[in-house]
Amino acid sequence: MNASRTSGAVPPAASVSETGFDPTLFDRFPTSGERPEGELGELEHVWRAPRGWGLLTVVNNNYVGIFYVGAAFLFFLLAGILALVMRVQLALPLNGVLPQETYNQFFTMHGTVMMFLFAVPAVEALGVLLLPQMLAARDLPFPRLSAYAFWAYLVGGLAFFASIFVGLAPNGGWFMYPPLTSTAYSPGINADFWLLGIGFIEISAIAGAIEIIVGVLKTRAPGMSLDKMPIFAWAMLVFAGMIIIAFPAVIFGTLALELERALNWPFFDPTRGGDPLLWQHLFWFFGHPEVYIIFLPAAGLVSMMVAALSRTPLVGYRLVVLALVATAFISFGVWAHHMFAVGMPRLSVGFFSAASMAVSVPAGIQVFAWIATLSVGRPRYQTPTLFLVGGLVTFVLGGLTGVMVAMVPFDWQVHDSYFIVAHLHYVLIGGMVFPMFAGFYYWTPMMSRRPLSERLGKWVFWLMFAGMQVTFLPMHLTGFMGMPRRVYTYLPGRDWEITNMISTVGAFMLAAGILIFLVDLIRNFRFAAEGNAGNVYGGGTLEWLPTGLYSTRSIPLVTSREPLWDRPGLSREVEEGRYFLPGSATGNRETIITSPLRAEPQYLQIMPGPSVWPLLSAIFTAGFFLLLTVQAYLVGVVSGLVAIWCMIRWLWETDRPVRPPTADIGAGIEVPTYVTGPSTHGWWAMVVLQIVIGMIFLMAAFSYLYLYGVHTSFWTAPPAPSWLALLLPLYGAGMGLAWLARVLLARRRSTLWSPATALLFGAASLLTGFVLDCLSWRWSGLDPEASGQGATVYGLLAIQGFVTGVAVLIALYVAARNSRGLVTRPRNNSFDLAVLFLIYTGAQGVLGAALVRLFPGAV
Amino acid sequence: MWPRISTPSGIVEGLAGWPPPVLDPAGPYAGSVAALSWALIALAAGIFLIVLAALWIALRGRERLRARLGGERAIWIGGVVFPVVVLTALLIWGLTLTRNLSEPAGGPELRMRVSGEMWWWRVSYLDGNGRAFMQDANELHIPVGRTIAIELVSPDVIHSFWVPQLSGKLDMVPGRRNLIRIQADRPGTYAGICAEYCGGPHALMGFLVVAHAPDDYARWLAARRAPRAAPPDRQSARGAALFVSAGCAACHRIAGTPANGQAGPDLTHVGSRRTLGAGILPNNRGTMIGWIGNSQAIKPGNRMPPYTVLPGEDLQALAAYLEAQR
Repeated sequence: MNASRTSGAVPPAASVSETGFDPTLFDRFPTSGERPEGELGELEHVWRAPRGWGLLTVVNNNYVGIFYVGAAFLFFLLAGILALVMRVQLALPLNGVLPQETYNQFFTMHGTVMMFLFAVPAVEALGVLLLPQMLAARDLPFPRLSAYAFWAYLVGGLAFFASIFVGLAPNGGWFMYPPLTSTAYSPGINADFWLLGIGFIEISAIAGAIEIIVGVLKTRAPGMSLDKMPIFAWAMLVFAGMIIIAFPAVIFGTLALELERALNWPFFDPTRGGDPLLWQHLFWFFGHPEVYIIFLPAAGLVSMMVAALSRTPLVGYRLVVLALVATAFISFGVWAHHMFAVGMPRLSVGFFSAASMAVSVPAGIQVFAWIATLSVGRPRYQTPTLFLVGGLVTFVLGGLTGVMVAMVPFDWQVHDSYFIVAHLHYVLIGGMVFPMFAGFYYWTPMMSRRPLSERLGKWVFWLMFAGMQVTFLPMHLTGFMGMPRRVYTYLPGRDWEITNMISTVGAFMLAAGILIFLVDLIRNFRFAAEGNAGNVYGGGTLEWLPTGLYSTRSIPLVTSREPLWDRPGLSREVEEGRYFLPGSATGNRETIITSPLRAEPQYLQIMPGPSVWPLLSAIFTAGFFLLLTVQAYLVGVVSGLVAIWCMIRWLWETDRPVRPPTADIGAGIEVPTYVTGPSTHGWWAMVVLQIVIGMIFLMAAFSYLYLYGVHTSFWTAPPAPSWLALLLPLYGAGMGLAWLARVLLARRRSTLWSPATALLFGAASLLTGFVLDCLSWRWSGLDPEASGQGATVYGLLAIQGFVTGVAVLIALYVAARNSRGLVTRPRNNSFDLAVLFLIYTGAQGVLGAALVRLFPGAV
Repeated sequence: MWPRISTPSGIVEGLAGWPPPVLDPAGPYAGSVAALSWALIALAAGIFLIVLAALWIALRGRERLRARLGGERAIWIGGVVFPVVVLTALLIWGLTLTRNLSEPAGGPELRMRVSGEMWWWRVSYLDGNGRAFMQDANELHIPVGRTIAIELVSPDVIHSFWVPQLSGKLDMVPGRRNLIRIQADRPGTYAGICAEYCGGPHALMGFLVVAHAPDDYARWLAARRAPRAAPPDRQSARGAALFVSAGCAACHRIAGTPANGQAGPDLTHVGSRRTLGAGILPNNRGTMIGWIGNSQAIKPGNRMPPYTVLPGEDLQALAAYLEAQR
């Protein structure tokens, strides 16, 4: 299925093409001649946004992106206000502004909201907003998924935040260490708010990550090979990859802790074969990459802006890409540096110390790449430049203290002291907040009629920069003076009041800067997808092409990293429709799907338009989690079922082939409009999803092995490997039937019902395997409440049960589609994805069943 | 070497924050880290200045200098070669120091066990066989010049044991037993504090380490082990009776009396302690009365119920009795 075959061109040598696409076809652009009248009008019509209340159903990335950024910024403000009140409390010793319990809730919420509701969503939001523009895609590949991720995040986040107004906010710290957060020491539902609220928002983050991975790899403008991709797209690709590896750890962690709290399964209880440190491993395996998850996209923004503001290409593009990838790899080997003080073996301490230092090398590469770029160019001293330079200075200082705390003996002193508070705020504010503000100033003209004010911007910068230094520089000393973190007050007579008072004053300076920014925003920000202020800062990448809600009029052929600099006429040619897809080829919303490496056109994706179902799905998913938190189980389950129904409704209208089967995407290049198999965006998304689920499973398996290593004496239940003789064939049959269903679908002679029947029997076989798997442990007398073995074995089963449930649902869904004649032959995307999911379910079942029965014991 | 920034007004001797205790070590385990700290501070400051200089050149420097910075070579030197060299050297130093710090300093060690509990410290003095021969709370007495190996445990949630002038911190993890070594080379009182958030009044969970000259330590130990006298006067005798009848004994132990509660701090030597409420109040008659009467007003959330029902004279009697427990 590729363009050249349908266009009848001669297939070129394999070495110059990834998909068999003939690159000489690119020579036809820019096209000449007049575009037909009404083409632009149709494009505008197809992409127009709903009005009034209908705006709630909008899925276009311009809108969803702005909503998303706005919501993230709202949480930034809310968490910042919490911080200000805390600073007031700490300005004086034994101050009475915040009572102990309230303070403990405030600092927990400040950390949690900043990390989960501001930082990660903010960069994800910037991705939704900027990526399609930078890649010159019409939209991200799953617009409704973006809308769902946004609404889930907004509804869940607001409800979660509201817990603080009724005194039910979590109070166990953003790291939620058990046993403090176990039922024995946190009997209230405060901790459940954290576990279910955050667990839910993680789902939203993962949905966004899948969107971004597929978007970056499959929807780039033709010709934009990986080495011509904007650095921000690289950063977002790495970011999303890190999310799908890291977030499963905290998802499993929150699941385990909630199971311990709700059902008394002792994952973390040392008296029953659990271990509190298991949580710390799971949490920090997520928690440290999290820091880079936040930093890398911001670093990507910096690389983009430094180059644009210096009016010269980024020096060391390849090195910077390498640094991004290296950071991601190393960051998964540093989690235990948060645990140097828990009493780890010396060998592991050495490894994590070395890795923690090594991660500063890629950071150094990026810093010097920015400095080198500034040297080559002639940077203009505008507000974004100020924020970039201020962020760089701040980040470097935070990085240096980071190297200091990577030294284990030094960390033993300053760990959990105010020195760390200073360090992490330097890294995060310098590495993420300042670049984000630079980005606000830099990219506002892309979506606002007026740019933000340079005059106010300078005030914003200097107040924020000075406020940041005045707040956090003295905190290094406060730490040396022996003040621990997370204290609601301190005793007089220890001189801590001096540095604390300075920090409080600084915090208000910082806040004043942000207040002026809000004023600037209110005065100057006027949303406009068309007729915006445009390329005020002279950037060279595609987001500065003239755009409408449909993105660019035509999708340019990309031949360099800064196309706007290298081809001054590009904007005009694009606007005149002289490149790909100058109109709507099929009368639908559509974008070109290209190959992952060289961005060769593969097919035309038909995109869904506005829909109320993502919104309703998100509301009822949020309802499910929140109602469970407040222990309204029945209503919660009903809400969950309604959510599932909404999702099925949402999916039902997708995956419909359109007429004609091929379409001209410009210059006579014909590509298919309906494609199946491994090159499709849906297939890629399913594979990414399976990696996520696989990582969750892996974390559960790790927990099983870890607890065995820590408390072997609690491993009492017989592993009974003989059960495998029954379970493996059942899981195998499920996988085999699913595969058979796909074969049957392609066979002309099979009946309408035989593929769906095979799929249903496959799901039934998987379900039977799972039920027997559970029963075998029940009959063996293994009690999930009795031991770490019980908890982890049933934990693995819980995951398998969930996946099996989804597999059954998917099989029923596809069977239902089949009964309505919506399953195309010989191949169908919905069907393919169902088969993939069933095969995954079976494979996970086999691994889970084998692990707990063969180890320990048979091995 | 440290300029004075304020008059020491610490409510308790040893609780000062200036000079910064991390950089003002009183023994070998903290001393080597303080040396490392100074080196790291100097190194970080130096590198920071180099980066600032590079940035200055990039933004404002002369063309010739800017040209030298503006290329991949600068990235390789500044971002790869330089950090790798510096970090390797640092790592070797750090790992060597880590090894030294986790090994005995030589000479016979004294053994103790400290259990972090919400929100105070249970202190046990151990004999050669690891058996506790003396109980105390919120205060550790050690001889100068001897290494003390302290077992750190916790029965409830995670706490962290930190005496910055004597050593870095180490966590107390339920289900685990960690070993930390401390040593003081000069007599004095050193503040400690819980460094792992443990809920509620975590902020008010302090303790003291009192280092005695060897002779003083021997005398102190002998005094601790001497037979205990009966309550010296009528008031304390009444306090002794109240201690049992008012319910104190349900949670507190006083050796040699029927009071044998284990939930709260051992009060056998409470009269000689420098602080009350786990390192937060100076210990005198007034604070003792205030603490017994309503500790919740002083340290909200702590596990001791308020005794506002007790009349003033009962509180006086209890305080007198406890003051005599030295």
